[in-house]
Amino acid sequence: MARTGPAERPLSPHLQIYKPSITMVMSILHRITGAALFFGTLLLVIALVALASGSSAYGTVQAIYGSFLGKLVLFGYSWALFHHMCGGIRHFVWDTGAGLERGTRMKLAWGTLVASLGLTILAFVAYLAG
Amino acid sequence: MAEFNLPKNSRLVEGKTWPKPAGANNLREFRIYRWDPDGESNPRVDTYFVDLDDCGPMILDAIIWIKNRIDPTLTFRRSCREGICGSCAMNIDGTNTLACTKGMDEVSGAIRIYPLPHMPVVKDLVPDLTRFYAQHASIEPWLKTETPAPEKEWRQSPSDREHLDGLYECILCACCSTSCPSYWWNGDRYLGPAALLQAYRWLIDSRDEATGDRLDNLEDPFRLYRCHTIMNCSNACPKGLNPAKAIAEIKKMMVARQV
Repeated sequence: MARTGPAERPLSPHLQIYKPSITMVMSILHRITGAALFFGTLLLVIALVALASGSSAYGTVQAIYGSFLGKLVLFGYSWALFHHMCGGIRHFVWDTGAGLERGTRMKLAWGTLVASLGLTILAFVAYLAG
Repeated sequence: MAEFNLPKNSRLVEGKTWPKPAGANNLREFRIYRWDPDGESNPRVDTYFVDLDDCGPMILDAIIWIKNRIDPTLTFRRSCREGICGSCAMNIDGTNTLACTKGMDEVSGAIRIYPLPHMPVVKDLVPDLTRFYAQHASIEPWLKTETPAPEKEWRQSPSDREHLDGLYECILCACCSTSCPSYWWNGDRYLGPAALLQAYRWLIDSRDEATGDRLDNLEDPFRLYRCHTIMNCSNACPKGLNPAKAIAEIKKMMVARQV
């Protein structure tokens, strides 16, 4: 049967076509790292439970965390932690009404990324050296 | 809950490539979103070639040229052609802006044009802005007073008047609101940057006496607080305004009246 009247209106494309800006990407990363921290905390809990359960359990966990894959996951977790922290500070500054002008907001967003990567690398250098 | 994919009837299908204008040797490629309410098909992206030697420098000049010379069915809103009416707001090269104030030389490669994002499409580049206007009305954008009206006008000192700079210039083109992912996912309950910038314009007006009521109206988990400072709004505004800052100021007013 032929349709009567116009077709149902389509929704215009959004995420698919919008050019990402650094502030937008940092907002998305803040969400993702926040969610990652939830699972990262489980790693911490496992280590603590193992520590309380005795030396053999702790040794196993240490062996897993100390492996290459384990270190990679811990590196990612550390970055998520630092990134979420830097993002939190950025949002705190914005909440005061400061740093919202065009040049400043872009610098703050880039700064979050640079600072989080820097802090993560610094922490790992300290960890591997110590 | 955020729906990241387009609904079935909104997914893009292969479009048509229109013939190049004869005898032209300075061509610019345009890929433009098309949807016809009287047709049977999903939206598509058509390719056009514009003769730059026969056309003005702005994107609006080009789409008017296409409408006049190639395809009279191409549908879009336009009026003032100088960035004051806000009619020709659309997504150009991935960012919301006004076609009339965006130069073709500001875009590299093929120029991609879509309607304002995450809106119901009436036809081609024309979105349905009914809800956007209703949200503007909901913040009651007019002077509200208790004291009896003065004999002549409501007076305002030059320094109080300065607070309205950067706010009153808004032309309600909807570039900001439709650039905001929060507005995409929660546009039915979040007022969006344009309406909130207008709300702040009346909150900060020294002559207005309904500040408390206005703040009460915004004190809501969605209407105001869905702003997550993503900043697409301020990045997009073709008038160079800063809705994100206006929203931050409203949030500060909310806190200030609690302490």
